[in-house]
Amino acid sequence: MKVSYFPGCTLKNKARDLDLYARRCAEVLGVTLEEIENWQCCGGVFTSKDEPVSKLSSVRALKWAKENEQPLVSVCSACHNVLKQTNYLMQTDDGFCTKVNRYMAEPTAYDGSTQVYHYLEMLRDLVGFDKIREAIVNPLKGKKIAAYYGCLLLRPSNIMQMDDAENPTIFEELIKAMGAEPVAYSMRNECCGGYVTMENPEFAKRKSLEITKNAQAQGADLIVTACPLCKYNLEKNTDSIPVVYFTELLAEALGVKEETESA
Amino acid sequence: MHNNNRKIADEIIFRSGVNVRKCMKCGKCSGTCPAYDEMEYHPHQFVYMVETGDIEPLMNSKSLYMCLSCFACVERCPRGVEPAKLIEAVRNAQVRQQDKNHMTANDVPAKLDENIPQQAIVSALRKYRK
Repeated sequence: MKVSYFPGCTLKNKARDLDLYARRCAEVLGVTLEEIENWQCCGGVFTSKDEPVSKLSSVRALKWAKENEQPLVSVCSACHNVLKQTNYLMQTDDGFCTKVNRYMAEPTAYDGSTQVYHYLEMLRDLVGFDKIREAIVNPLKGKKIAAYYGCLLLRPSNIMQMDDAENPTIFEELIKAMGAEPVAYSMRNECCGGYVTMENPEFAKRKSLEITKNAQAQGADLIVTACPLCKYNLEKNTDSIPVVYFTELLAEALGVKEETESA
Repeated sequence: MHNNNRKIADEIIFRSGVNVRKCMKCGKCSGTCPAYDEMEYHPHQFVYMVETGDIEPLMNSKSLYMCLSCFACVERCPRGVEPAKLIEAVRNAQVRQQDKNHMTANDVPAKLDENIPQQAIVSALRKYRK
């Protein structure tokens, strides 16, 4: 199976490991991530429909996927959020869609018909957790793992449609498929402080500590995330629990972590 | 001046697509907002003050730059008011004026450390300047 892949700015730089593990794991699971040609940064945060020009990079990526007749997959929570929300506007808001297509002035218009998946959704819906379970060679037995969703994967839920926004299970299902034990904790879908960490690091510290302390209080010995900014905030503000990308853990369970690191 | 504020408020309502009159003032948006403690005006106050046209204090408030776009208020409002979209429209109205950028590229280097992801920088610049 081939899918169009939007890595995003951070996965080419500070979060290279998130990208490398994602690619290697997909290969093992029979999915080829075909990187979109000349993709551009999504902008990091979805602002309003009143800023159509800031969404053009997303629309171009979505259109590339459509022309290749592939679903569009990204790993970074922020990229996924921006791509999915932009695609929703292209589907549902005629004014926005017309404005964007007129601006791009390409021979064919884009109509919002690309299927947009986060990598986690790709694992659940296109690969299947059963298949992942069968592919695990190094079950993560005895590990108590807290899945940190943050805000971007789930909300707004009427658009993201990944899972129940207040009681999600997709991450926990993956943790179980990898042979580990998921830890339930209440802060798993609250915000880490996001980009406000730039001008108010103390605030981000408070928000991050609420999350890591809560996960630890519920017995977690590891936190997994899909978002480079969540990882940065959580890691920077605690040294008592490790925070890792879910793709790294999946690579470990699939037995390809070391070869990916040395490649 | 008062009429001008009304005009700006109406434009903000139009651009955000938010129906402020659906608000039943339960305060859940502010109760669930992770940035509540850092805000001078809270999400429910944005809704009320835009409705009444009391727009200047909002446009000049640092609260605009504390909204994390985490959509907690949007998700949890029992009336579907979507306060974050309104805060976003007030922010747009403010930073689109001349010389009202809250942060520029020149401010960035001083705020960096070795590990900060690119995502933080592009998000902050997208939110803090026009």
